Parts: sequence; structure tokens; C-alpha cells
Amino acid sequence: MPAELEPGGHESPEDAASPAHALELLCHLDHAARGSTACVVWEPAGAGGRVISLADNHVLLWDLQESGSRAALASSASLEGKGQLKFTTGRWSPHHNCTQVATANDTAVRGWDTRTMSQIYCIENAHGQLVRDLDFNPNKQYYLASCGDDCRVKFWDTRNVSEPVKMLEEHSHWVWSVRYNHSHDQLVLTGSSDSRVVLSNMVSISSEPFGQLADDDDLSDQEERRPEEKSQEPPQDSVITTYEEHEDSVYAVDWSSADPWLFASLSYDGRLVINRVPRALKYHILL
Amino acid sequence: MAAAAAGPGPGSGPGDSLERPEAEAPERRRKAHGMLKLYYGLSEGEAAGRPVGPDPLDPTDLNGAHFDPEVYLDKLRRECPLAQLMDSETDMVRQIRALDSDMQTLVYENYNKFISATDTIRKMKNDFRKMEDEMDRLATNMAVITEFSARISATLQDRHERITKLAGVHALLRKLQFLFELPSRLTKCVELGAYGQAVRYQGRARAVLQQYQHLPSFRAIQDDCQVITARLAQQLRQRFREGGSGAPEQAECVELLLALGEPAEELCEEFLAHARGRLEEELRSLEAELGPSPPAPDVLEFTDHGLTDVRQALAAPRMAGKEGPGLARLLANVASSILSHIKASLASVHLFTAKEVSFSNKPYFRGEFCSQGVREGLIVGFIRSMCQTAQSFCDSPGEKGGATPPALLLLLSRLCLDYETATISYILTLTDEQFLVQDQSPVTPVSTLCAEARETARRLLTHYVKVQGLVISQMLRKSVETRDWLSTLEPRNVRAVMKRVVEDTTAIDVQVGLLYEEGVRKAQSSDSSKRTFSVYSSSRQQGRYAPSYTPSAPMDTNLLSNIQKLFSERIDVFSPVEFNKVSVLTGIIKISLKTLLECVRLRTFGRFGLQQVQVDCHFLQLYLWRFVADEELVHLLLDEVVASAALRCPDPVPMEPSVVEVICERG
Repeated sequence: MPAELEPGGHESPEDAASPAHALELLCHLDHAARGSTACVVWEPAGAGGRVISLADNHVLLWDLQESGSRAALASSASLEGKGQLKFTTGRWSPHHNCTQVATANDTAVRGWDTRTMSQIYCIENAHGQLVRDLDFNPNKQYYLASCGDDCRVKFWDTRNVSEPVKMLEEHSHWVWSVRYNHSHDQLVLTGSSDSRVVLSNMVSISSEPFGQLADDDDLSDQEERRPEEKSQEPPQDSVITTYEEHEDSVYAVDWSSADPWLFASLSYDGRLVINRVPRALKYHILL
Repeated sequence: MAAAAAGPGPGSGPGDSLERPEAEAPERRRKAHGMLKLYYGLSEGEAAGRPVGPDPLDPTDLNGAHFDPEVYLDKLRRECPLAQLMDSETDMVRQIRALDSDMQTLVYENYNKFISATDTIRKMKNDFRKMEDEMDRLATNMAVITEFSARISATLQDRHERITKLAGVHALLRKLQFLFELPSRLTKCVELGAYGQAVRYQGRARAVLQQYQHLPSFRAIQDDCQVITARLAQQLRQRFREGGSGAPEQAECVELLLALGEPAEELCEEFLAHARGRLEEELRSLEAELGPSPPAPDVLEFTDHGLTDVRQALAAPRMAGKEGPGLARLLANVASSILSHIKASLASVHLFTAKEVSFSNKPYFRGEFCSQGVREGLIVGFIRSMCQTAQSFCDSPGEKGGATPPALLLLLSRLCLDYETATISYILTLTDEQFLVQDQSPVTPVSTLCAEARETARRLLTHYVKVQGLVISQMLRKSVETRDWLSTLEPRNVRAVMKRVVEDTTAIDVQVGLLYEEGVRKAQSSDSSKRTFSVYSSSRQQGRYAPSYTPSAPMDTNLLSNIQKLFSERIDVFSPVEFNKVSVLTGIIKISLKTLLECVRLRTFGRFGLQQVQVDCHFLQLYLWRFVADEELVHLLLDEVVASAALRCPDPVPMEPSVVEVICERG
């Protein structure tokens, strides 16, 4: 995990007791004049020298030079409008050569182009009250997932933002985070303040709705049989499992970078639960 | 009896004639009895009290056919003692005397009867002789009368003939007069517009005119009449074509035209074309009346109008501030108006099945019309669309809740619930009775519709809870997010927003109470309102607020709170709502308090900020417990709020319980 770059004043805490490496402060992202920061995201690919931070109603793009010891503000954009607009969260899209960033403020999700710092799309009223989290589909270019205080998770196609492609209503209170699996994008993880973590199988909008296709080397009669088998089972979206080990609201969930079948969830009472995708599903997806 | 008496007579000798008849009598009777019995098939043994019946072949049997006096006397002499012989002798004598007297009586009676018969016949002969005389006299009188009558009619005969002739002439003259006056009369009728009369006249005269065409005068009349008739027909046609008149007039025109002898098929076609045109016009005008909406059955339009009216009625009183008593009345009004609309439309559709309408009796039409058309299409379709319209109120996406007043949601949910419990079955039974639906084609059962209505009611109520919960949540969220908790002063009173929350909850309680019943509350001890700080801080979180707050203490308190949470039920915030007031209020309060909890967890509090949160939560607890089903819920959530605030506070020093109470009571 990259080193934390603290905005503003506080120093990063040092945890002397653990055997892990101590954190070292590299530089500050100076923007005290612009208010409190909501979110900091790294560029997903490339040299890793660019960072976006969201502060109040500004989107700030930083360029880290000299291996991160200095941060220069490359460009910025502001959200104009009535009232006190504040960004709540943001995400960098791994597609399009890492030039797109999505941000959430109140109930709207906006997409920005980092080259020009202008708004590309805007999903108005994505969720009834507040949008809590966003995530991009790592395999499909235009797909975005968002979750919010109307207890729903919505999947959007950014080319047509008038209507969500799919909607999940598995939770009974605010959904605080949504995450796609890094390699198999039909696995979607959501955590909510009703103390549940839900792992869903969104096959129909994933990049491989029919499972992995066979190679061309297979025998011809096998190929003839396969379309029949596939057509008998149209892709069905379903909830794989609901994890109820937490006793309080779950605020964050994420997938492991090392093992694509492991995930962790963190709840208010300090409990970190690590789980695995059920084996049957794992083999079903792999084979 | 007489035959029996004469029976053994020829078989008996001259000797012992005294004895024989005496002994014969009872034996004779018995014999007669026995023979009758034999004849009628009764066995000898059935005779009551007769142990041994007399044997018919017995020679000693007085009544038997083979009676032999010698044998009988021998038997008597041999068997019977002297006394018995004497007895039997006296017996026989007695019997003989009785028989004699009987015979005499009989003969005497017969003789009397003969004499009286003779007398009667003599009298009859006399009477008949008298009648004959009278008959003769009658005959002569009748002859006289006939003669007189013949003479009279002969004298009157020729006058009779003359009168008949004159009467015939008179009638003929009358007819001729009618014929001559016919043209003028027809003209007058046509001018006056009494077409019916004209046609009647014309009909009467036509046959005669036809017959006497060859006479020139008649010819002229006929020509005149024809001209006028043609004009009349033309006028009738024109009236008919104009189509402005109503249906009965048109029918009359057609009848008259037919009577005039116009070709029938043409008339039929024209009439039908007219009728169709008129019908289409009327339909178009109806549709125009309804406005630009797509054509829908009238009832739906009316209910939509009704619903918009209800909406307006709900919005308007809200401004005036007198919502309260209006809600129940509005519900009753809406329900009754919908029901009356349905009944009216049913009644108007019922006309289709009236006896006079010819196609209504065809079973094919009737069955399909009643079950498919009326029941399925109209009634079931209406109920379904009502459910869908109601549901569309919950699905309004993206609107900030300002479009649908919550009272409307409540009203509609109560309406749907009432429909599910009573009204749907009532309407369907009404329809079935009126239209005699047969169960051939598949019809939607009542239970399906009731289930749909219940589902709609549930969704509406859930949406209502969400909307109201959202309102209160927004208030709480704003209050937490916009306040500077780090540098707040020591709390002196409860924050205004909390009082506002309690007021709003009370108002919602009243509003829901108007339409829904109370519901069941979990029984708690009577002093629940006094359960203030003592339990609140003692058993659960006392450890947290201990002055010795060291970094190691979080382990204990967290452990405590986690164990506490293990044993308490997890609270499901957006759980399904029951159809009673307590459940609705519980849902709303759960939503609001959970929001407060989440918002509190995102801020950082100073010491006095924490104390203010403490005061606010205590205030809420004092007032909100009475609205929910289980007040443990409120305790739990509010405890969590304060605990979370305490965790977010670098310097947690709680206020003294007594001070908190004082502040709350003051506020």
C-alpha cells in the first residue's frame, strides 16, 4: 500500500509496536486555504506520480516530483452552485488512460476529465439522500457502481446516465461502501450500517456474462453442444452470501490485492473480518 | 240366513223335527261362518276362541252339508246324559222359534215394501197425466206466438230493406267524402307536421284508390295523393337524415316511411348508418370531455379526478392548519365516492343485460360479457389499476418528497387495507349477483385481488414511514453537521431541534392515529418514564465514564458493550411495518435515531459537546418512549448515540445525572 500523504497539519502516527515498516512522512499537499479534505486517490496505473484530492468543492490534481518529496498542484476544478457544496468521495477510473475521475457530492455523481478538468457527465439524484461510495468496473470501460443512503447499490453506464443499468436492494440501511473484485468483476461486495456485508454475483453486467469461453481448439461436436447448454441457463444475478459476523455498522469493505478471492470488512466496533469467496463459486467462475 | 235355514231342510226326515231345528241353528250359523271363512281364505285355526271348528264333512254337524239326522241322534243318545239332552232340546226349540219369528218379520217387511212401491208408482202416474195436459197447452201457445211474429216481420219487411239500403249509401258517401277531402287533409297534416296521421290516412285510402283507378275522378284524387305522399316522404327522409332529432323520433320516421311503402333495405341501411354516426359522435364528445388522456373507462377517470381532489383537499387544509378531523372524513368520503362510482357504472352496464335488449339473451354473449367484460375488464381492471395508481405514488423517483403529501400516502394505504378486508369481496359479490357470472372462463379469485390490495397497502405504508422518517432524519442530520461541537459552551438547555423532533413525532402520531388503530405495545414496568439516568449509565456504560479513563479502559468498555450487543437483538431499521400506529411510529423513530447515530459518529466532540448530546438524548428518551412498541429500542439507540459521541470525544466528562434531569425538565 502506498504511503499515506496527510493533508494539512497532523503527522502520521508511528506504530512502534508492530513489526511492519514505520510510516515516513514524505510531503504535504498544501491547500489549507481550501478547507477540509474529504478524499485522496492515487492514479491507478502509470508511474504513480499523480494524486487527486477532494477538498470542499474543489478537485485538485497533484504532481509528485522527485520520488514524492514534493507535490505541485497541476490543475484544479471547482464545483459552482448554490449552497455549500462539498465533495464526499471520489474514485479514479482505471480506463481511458487514467484520465477520468468520478466524484460524489450530495446526491450527484460527476465525472471529470483530468486533462481539461472539466465535467464529462453528471448523474443527478443517483441516490435519494447521499452518495457514500463509488467504484469503477475494472474490466468494463464505462461501468460505474455507486451506493448511498437510500440503501441501494446502483450500476451505471456512463454513456447513458438517465437510468441505472441495475439496482440492488439487499441492505436495510445506508450502504457505506461498494467494491468490485479486481479481476472478476461479477463479484461485488457491499457493506452497510445494518451490520451486514453482502457479496453479490452480478453476472449479467459483468465482462463475462456467459463464463469463460472455450478455446478454438476444442472438438467441433463439443462446440455444437455448448450453445445449447449455455442457452439453457441465462445469466442470473444473485446474492452469493450475506455475512453477518459484525455487530455494528460496517463502514468499509475491500478486496485483497494479493488473492482475488479474499476480502476484508471493517465495522464500527473495531472488528476486522476477513472472508473468502465460497469455493463452489470460485471453481464455477474459474472453470 | 234364510238360505242357511233352508239348507238342511231337504236332508232331514220327518222324525225328530223338534230337536233337529234346535240343534241346527247354532250349528248352522257356525257353518255359515266357517264357509265364509273358507271362502275368504282364513284358516280354521284363526277363529278367535274356537278351539275346534266344525268339520264340514262331519255328519253330526248341524250346519254341515252332510248332515245325517240318524247319526246325529245316535251320537246324542250315546254320549249325552239326560240333563244335556233336555237342555239341547229346549235349546233347539228356542232356536226354532227365533227362526220362525225372523222369517215372519222378513216376510212382513218385504210385503210392506211392495205395497209402498205400488203406492208410489200410482202417484207418479197421476202426476204425469197432469204434466201432459200442460204440455199440450204450451204447444198451442207457442204456435200462436210464432204466427204473430211472422205477421209482424212481414209487415215491417220492406221498411227494413229501405233502411238498410240507406245506411249502406250513407257509409259509401262518407267514404267518398273522405276520399275527396284526402288531398287537402294530407296537405294540412304535412303542414302541421302530424306525419303519423297523414301516413295513416294514406294507408287507408290506398287500397281503394288502387282498385278504382279507372274512374277519372278517383284517378285525379289518387294523383294528388301521390304527389302529397311523395312530398311527405321527402320531408320524412330529410328529417331522418338531419339526425338532429333523438332516436325515438328517428324510429318513428323510419316506421312511417316503411308504412308508406318505401323500400325497406334502403331504409335499414340509412338508419343504421345514422345510428352509427350518432354513436361515434357521442363517443367523441365523451372523449373530448375527458380531456387529452388516452381513452379509459369512465370510472378510472372519475377516480383520478377524485384522487386529485383528495390531494388538493389534503394540501389545502394543511395550510389552514386544521388537518386533524379531516383525515378520517376524507377517507370515508373517498371510499364512499369510489364505491358509488362503481355502483353507478355497474348499474349502467347492467342495462346491457336488460331483458328487452335482444342480444342479451344469447348465452354466448351473456356469459362472455358478464364474466370477461364486466367482471374481469371493468371491475377487476379497475381494482388493479387503483392499486397501481396507489403504488405509483410510492415510486416517484428523484423527487424530494415534496410531490406526494404524506397524509395522502397514509390515506391511500388505509383505503387499500379496507379494500382488502371488506370492500373487494363486497364489490365482487355484488357484481356476481347482478350479472350471474358463470364459472366457465377463468376469473380472478377474490383472494388474489385481496392479496394485491394488501401488498399495495403495505408498500404505501412503508413508503410513508420512509418519507416521514426522512423528514425527521434530515432535521437531525443538519443539526449535527452544522454545529461546531468542539467549541460549544456548557449546555444550559435542550436544543430547539430536539423539541421540534418531539413535536413532529407527536403530530405524526396524531395523524396516524386518525386512521389506524393503536397496536400492541410491549408491557413494561409502570415507572418506565422514571427510568432515567440510573439505569442509563449504571449497568451498561458506567465503566466508560469513570474518571479513571485510561487507554486501557477502552478494552473493558468495548468488551462490555459488545457483550451487551450480543445479548440484545439486532435492530433492523427498515423492517416491514405492520398495519397499526405503534408499528408505524416505531419505524419512523428507528430511522431517525439511526441517522442521528451515524451522523454523530462522523463528528468530533468537545467535552461540552458531549454533554449537550447527553442532554439531548435524555430529553428524547423522556418523550419518545411512549410512541414505540418496545421502549428498550429507544433506550438502546440513544445509549449508542451517547456512547459513540463519547468515543469521538478526546475529553469525555459526562454531566451529572441530576443536572441533566433539571435541564430537561426545564426544557
